[in-house]
Amino acid sequence: MTEEIIIAGFGGQGVLSMGKILAYSAIMQDMEVTWMPSYGPEMRGGTANVTVILSDERISSPIITRYDTAIILNQQSMTKFEHTVKPGGLLLYDPNGILHPPTRTDIRIAKVEAAKEAAAMKMPKGFNMIVLGGLLKINPLVKTENVVKGLKKSLPERYHHMLADNEKALMRGMEIVETVHDL
Amino acid sequence: MEKEIKLMKGNEALAEAAIREGVDGYFGYPITPQSEVLEYLAAERPWLRTGMVVLQAESEVAAINMVYGGAGTGKKVMTSSSSPGVSLKQEGISYIAGAELPALIVNVMRAGPGLGAIQPAQADYFQATKGGGHGDYRLITLAPSSVQEMYDFVHTAFELAFKYRTPAMILADGAIGQMMEKVTLKPQKERLADDKIKELYPWATTGRKKDAERTFITSLDLDPERFERHNHALQAKYKKIEENEVIVEMLNVEDAEYIIVAFGTSARVSFKAMDLLREEGYKVGLVRPITLWPFPKKEISQLAEKVKGILTVEMNAGQMVEDVRLAVNGRIPVEFYGRMGGMIPSPEEVVDAMKQKLIGG
Repeated sequence: MTEEIIIAGFGGQGVLSMGKILAYSAIMQDMEVTWMPSYGPEMRGGTANVTVILSDERISSPIITRYDTAIILNQQSMTKFEHTVKPGGLLLYDPNGILHPPTRTDIRIAKVEAAKEAAAMKMPKGFNMIVLGGLLKINPLVKTENVVKGLKKSLPERYHHMLADNEKALMRGMEIVETVHDL
Repeated sequence: MEKEIKLMKGNEALAEAAIREGVDGYFGYPITPQSEVLEYLAAERPWLRTGMVVLQAESEVAAINMVYGGAGTGKKVMTSSSSPGVSLKQEGISYIAGAELPALIVNVMRAGPGLGAIQPAQADYFQATKGGGHGDYRLITLAPSSVQEMYDFVHTAFELAFKYRTPAMILADGAIGQMMEKVTLKPQKERLADDKIKELYPWATTGRKKDAERTFITSLDLDPERFERHNHALQAKYKKIEENEVIVEMLNVEDAEYIIVAFGTSARVSFKAMDLLREEGYKVGLVRPITLWPFPKKEISQLAEKVKGILTVEMNAGQMVEDVRLAVNGRIPVEFYGRMGGMIPSPEEVVDAMKQKLIGG
C-alpha cells in the first residue's frame, strides 16, 4: 500500500504539523514515510503545503503532481489542487473560506467544519487535529491509537499536558466529518 | 536491542550522525537550506554528550580554515554549508586536499549561480567532482538520496577520508535537507582519545616528543621537482580510490532496454518515472551513482553494451551527463533532461522526456 497525500492551506493552520503527526503515526506501525514541505518565503504567511507519503515499500519520488488524497484548507489550495487528485481518490476540505466548493464527480469528496468546531470548542489550536480526525474516519490510513502515540513522540514533553485535548479534537473530527460525494 | 527510529529532517539526521560518529569538531556558518545542521547541534549541545566542539565561525572562510587546522591535529572535523557558502570554502578545500588531510564538507545545494535561490538544485556537481578549488585534486563525493543516507554517509565519508587522508564531501540538495523521513539511528561512538590519535595517525601534529621527527603539514612546496613528486603521489592515490571505492545502486537493469542515470533528489523522481514507464510496458532501469567521484564509469560502460539509450536527469543544465557520455563513448545515444533555478522535475516530466528523446525517437 502506498498513499500519496497533499495537505494544503494557510501558514499557521498547522498544515506542516498535521503532516508530521500523520508521518509519526505511520512510523508507529512500521511504515515508510516521506514528509516534504514547501519551504521558502511562502512560509511567512500565504499558502503552505506538505506532501506526505506513507508506504509499505521504499518510497520513490518526494515530488509528485498527483495525489491519492488532498486535504484542502483554503480557496487558493482548492484552485491549485482539486484537479490533482487521482480519479477514485479523496478530497477532504474545510468549507470555511471556500468560495468554490469542489465539483469533480470522479473522486470522493468529504468536508469537515474544523475551523467552526475548533472555535466552538474554544480550541483554536485543535483545528488540525479535527481535520486529521475527519481524514481518518473516511480513510483509516493509520490506527487512532498510533496517532496518539505519534503525537506523544513528536511533541516535546512540556506540551504533553495538551495531549488529552488533542485526542478530544481528533475524536470530534471523526464525529463531524460528512461525505459530500461518494463513488 | 530495540531499534532507535526517529522522524527527522535530512539536515537534522546529518547533525545527529555527526554527534554519534564521534566527530571532534563542527565549524559552520548558517545558510538556507542547511541551517538546521547548526541549529540542531546548538540545541543538542553535544559538548555535554561527547565533548564535541560546535562553533559558529565568523564566515565560511574561517569555518573551512578551522576544519583545516583541526584536521591537521588528526581530529575528526567537518563543516557544512549551501552552494554560495561552499564556493567561499573552495580555497580551504584545495589546501586540505593538498596537505592530505581527512575532513568532511557538506553541501546542501541550492540554486545558482550567484546568491541564487534557496530552493533545491544540483548545479554544484562540477564544483564538487572536478575540483572547485585550484590545482589537481579530487574530492570523494557522496550523493545521498534519502534522509537515512544523509545519516549513514557521515560515517562512510569519514571512513574514506581517513583511509585515504583526503577530504570527502556529502553533496545533498535542499529537498534532502528539508524533507523528513524515518531514520534508524546507530549507537553513540566514542571520540578518539588523544593518545589513540597519536598512535593511529603519525602524520598528525600532536606535539613533538624529544628526539622524534617533526610532523609537518603544509600545502606549500617551493621545490618544483619535489612538488611534482607530491602531485604524482596524489594522483596515484586518486587512481586507487577510483579503482576501489565506487558505490552505485542499480535498479531493474537486468532486462532494461533504456536506463535513467540520476543522483540525489533527481534519482528519487526518476525512480517513480521508472515505475510509471514500466507500468506502460517499457523496460526501463535506473542507475544511481552514490559516489559521484569516483564515478561509476565501468558500470555505465558495461550497460552501454546492452541497452538502447540512456537519459540523464539532473537539477542543472547538464553536468553529470558529461561523465555519462565519457563512459558511453558514443556507443549509444545519451540524452539529458533537467530543470534549473530551484525547480524539481516531476516524474511525469521525466516519463515524457524518456518517450520523446529516446523511446519514440
